[in-house]
Amino acid sequence: MLELRKDIFADERDDNLKEIGKGTQRQDMLGHITGTSSYFGDHKLQGMLHLKVVRSAQAHARLRRIDTTEAERSAGVRRIIRSADVPRNLNTLLSLINFGKDDEPSLAVDKVRYKGEPIVAIVADSEREAFEAIAKVRIDYEPLPTVFDVEEALKPGAPVVNETYPKNAFIYHDVHDHQKLRFGDADAALATADHVLEQRYQMSPIEHAPTETNGAIAAPDTNGRYVVYTSTQALFFSVDTCAKILDVPSNTFHFIGGTVGGGFGGKVDTLTEPLAILAAMLTGRPVRYVFGREEEMQYGPPRGAERIFIKDGVMRDGRIVARKIRAYFDSGAYTRLSSYAAVKCAAHLPGPYTIPNVHGDVYCVFTNRTPATAMRGFGVTAMDFAIECQMDKLANLVGMDPMEFRILNAYRDGDMKAHRREAKNTALIECVQVAAEKAKWPIREEFRRASSRKDGGGSRAVIPPTPADARARPAAPVQQRTSYDRLPPTVTREPPREPPPPTPPPSSPRPAAPSHGATRFSSVFGTRRR
Amino acid sequence: MAVTVKTFTSAGEAAGALSSDRSARYLGGGTLVMRALNEGDVSISTVIRANDQALTRIDASGPRVTLGAGVTFARVLAERDLAFLHAPARSIGGPAVRNMGTVGGNLFAQSPFGDFTVALLALDATVAVAGGFGARDVPIEEFLQARDRQAGTLVLSVSCTRPASSEAFRYRKIARIKPKGGAVITLAAHLPVSGGRIAGARIALGSMAPTQIRARAAERALEGRSLDAATIAAAASAATEGTSPSDNALGSAWYRREIVGVHLRRLLSGQE
Amino acid sequence: MSKTPLQFRHNGRDVAIFVDGGTNLLVALRELIGDMTPKFGCGQGGCGACSVLIDGEIHLSCLTLAETAAGRSVETLDGMKQGPNLHPLQRAFADNFAAQCGYCTPGMLMAAKALLDRNPQPSRDEVVEAISGNICRCTGYESIINAILAAAGGRASA
Repeated sequence: MLELRKDIFADERDDNLKEIGKGTQRQDMLGHITGTSSYFGDHKLQGMLHLKVVRSAQAHARLRRIDTTEAERSAGVRRIIRSADVPRNLNTLLSLINFGKDDEPSLAVDKVRYKGEPIVAIVADSEREAFEAIAKVRIDYEPLPTVFDVEEALKPGAPVVNETYPKNAFIYHDVHDHQKLRFGDADAALATADHVLEQRYQMSPIEHAPTETNGAIAAPDTNGRYVVYTSTQALFFSVDTCAKILDVPSNTFHFIGGTVGGGFGGKVDTLTEPLAILAAMLTGRPVRYVFGREEEMQYGPPRGAERIFIKDGVMRDGRIVARKIRAYFDSGAYTRLSSYAAVKCAAHLPGPYTIPNVHGDVYCVFTNRTPATAMRGFGVTAMDFAIECQMDKLANLVGMDPMEFRILNAYRDGDMKAHRREAKNTALIECVQVAAEKAKWPIREEFRRASSRKDGGGSRAVIPPTPADARARPAAPVQQRTSYDRLPPTVTREPPREPPPPTPPPSSPRPAAPSHGATRFSSVFGTRRR
Repeated sequence: MAVTVKTFTSAGEAAGALSSDRSARYLGGGTLVMRALNEGDVSISTVIRANDQALTRIDASGPRVTLGAGVTFARVLAERDLAFLHAPARSIGGPAVRNMGTVGGNLFAQSPFGDFTVALLALDATVAVAGGFGARDVPIEEFLQARDRQAGTLVLSVSCTRPASSEAFRYRKIARIKPKGGAVITLAAHLPVSGGRIAGARIALGSMAPTQIRARAAERALEGRSLDAATIAAAASAATEGTSPSDNALGSAWYRREIVGVHLRRLLSGQE
Repeated sequence: MSKTPLQFRHNGRDVAIFVDGGTNLLVALRELIGDMTPKFGCGQGGCGACSVLIDGEIHLSCLTLAETAAGRSVETLDGMKQGPNLHPLQRAFADNFAAQCGYCTPGMLMAAKALLDRNPQPSRDEVVEAISGNICRCTGYESIINAILAAAGGRASA
């Protein structure tokens, strides 16, 4: 049962609160229990067509030939969409906030980079007819060497997964192939530590497995607009992504969503909306594109795998004096949101502990796996798994109780974190104390008396001398720009277009596109919100 | 080409239609055929049904038990005379799947499903099938070995001899999800005892090969012996002989080989 | 494409539709009758989101060939309310916070109804078994089990 421990930090607490600490009914509960909550798939539109994609059977291959002649003649087929039909067939999700280069096509162009990558979309009167046409598409692959391991991918001579990033690592601010954290001199501290423990941790990809699969229904609306019912978790993000890929102003779309049948991060990638809308544009009919369960499980993006190496120096009395971490985030074949995961991962080092010497290198690596995406604390969860396993091992190494070991090393108010920010409102010590109490885990009096508000700061607030890495720093990085936003700022928005004719939109060169989306995202650029 | 549904009143007519159409599949409870259609299996363009009462008959009064192919697991569980089959029936699906899934359909279910068939294999069941050339009885082992070629045959019923005691037949399904989930492995053992010694042991394994198989080496280790610790250890260590498990999301081939002996030992020694 | 006429009872009312060959009951209910309460989750029998009662027994509508429902009684969540009033199970689900995203809820409620219609006073284990074919990914099993037990208890005292 829920228990509020009001005795802890009682003087900081405002108990004159109306909602916190009380049960409040969800506003959507009545809809849920009567089955009237409206999910994207609950919209039945007259004359709706069904879209299915032909997915790559290869993990890495050049596309020699795509033959859709037989599929085009298949019963019930209304339209076959090929890569050339997609107005701007290259995107990266975070380009909306000027972060990263466009690296992923909606439909593969000359190469596939993971098994299951969409190559051709088929729009038919029924799902069955779409499936029958899929079976008639002939694709001639020229298999390429594959790489599935993050460390192998970074070695010289490894197969190039994604030509946008030829070294198989995401490039931050045009120069840095990884996220770097330096605080104090970890190597020197390791050399003088009583014990050194180096361990390797590997976390597998995790599928979100939402009960509702990813999907969207797009339909021509009045005034040349398109109404889009979608499972997206990030509606405005999806609107702008679609506007970019389809090269129209975002007010072309009326997105309806918000009621999502489970997302957990797996419904932010805007996987179905662009093709559903394009199909509605090309056919003039409502089009539904929904993942089957196998598609969702096999080709829907997972939480990315992470490989983490931790090398810690610890003294006999239990103080951790150095922590050196090397982490590889497996982004799969495209960036999606993994570049941001690596930033979060680096920002999380060295965990909620005050360690005077911290050294971190975090890589976002491309492999021929299904692209990874967001999932509940991505970038942090796996690192926490590794750090907390390591904490138990360290406690064992120095013969300390693992709870007491955490209290000893916990950060406290006033301490300097490795990111050169002062720790405030810390509460790890109290959490461990309550956890021990609840688990009836005995801890000694001095650890029961410890407080996040005592004994922090002072010498623990000092930023230690930090040697520069041997390699010379490159010239000052320019703000990374993408082709998408390399536009004169004076361009005005185009008026909404006429309803497109049932022919492919004109191919490039196209007029300057309007700009979309927000311009700042504090977590990525490191600007603080407060 | 759309799907055509053909419904017949007799199993014989259905069998005839099934054997004459390569794209036809017989619809039992729907848990395999409808699933395939939902996933876009375009090799199926005809669905055959039969409303023949004979397919849903249960004869459980005597020593020889016969279950119509269309008998659902819920009906097996509702039949007190079929208590020896309750553990395998209960291990399948949730309640909805047990209300739908049939004994006959389970013979075609591939790993990680097909648990009931593991029990039937240990019980040396006979499968009555109707094909283009009329009805015949096939030993279950023979049926499973040729399963890939059985799509055109209609299973009418399955029969087996009732085990002598509840001790003589044992069943165990290893799943990662409690209380339900696809099998990591499934084990069943029929251990008839004569004069204190095992005579005619049959051990069947699910998810240890492309179809359900017998663990013949383990059976040999039991034959003619009493079920003591040494015998059980010998059978357990022989459990992997002749197996060829594969990797899937529920477990690797390596893991399956590692645990099959452990679970066989527990099954034979009566441990939970 | 030839269509097959199909009649059955849907939440106590007779309905007649024409289905394409191979259409499953879930599609028939949602796209031909307009009852959106059963949900598509997997099409494989793995999730239970499409659960409906057929002649009072819990079935997976996505794995049910629509034609096999002919002449039978199909109940969905759409028919659970008693006039303007919530069914005790619906009330208990709300009171016990037994829904988060709500997508599994229709199937969960039908599985719970199938249980309580036959076994008004189930044990906790029986409740767990009854919803074992229904997946909730927002991790609400505990509150769902409590809700079903509360509905059973509420009924007994009423």
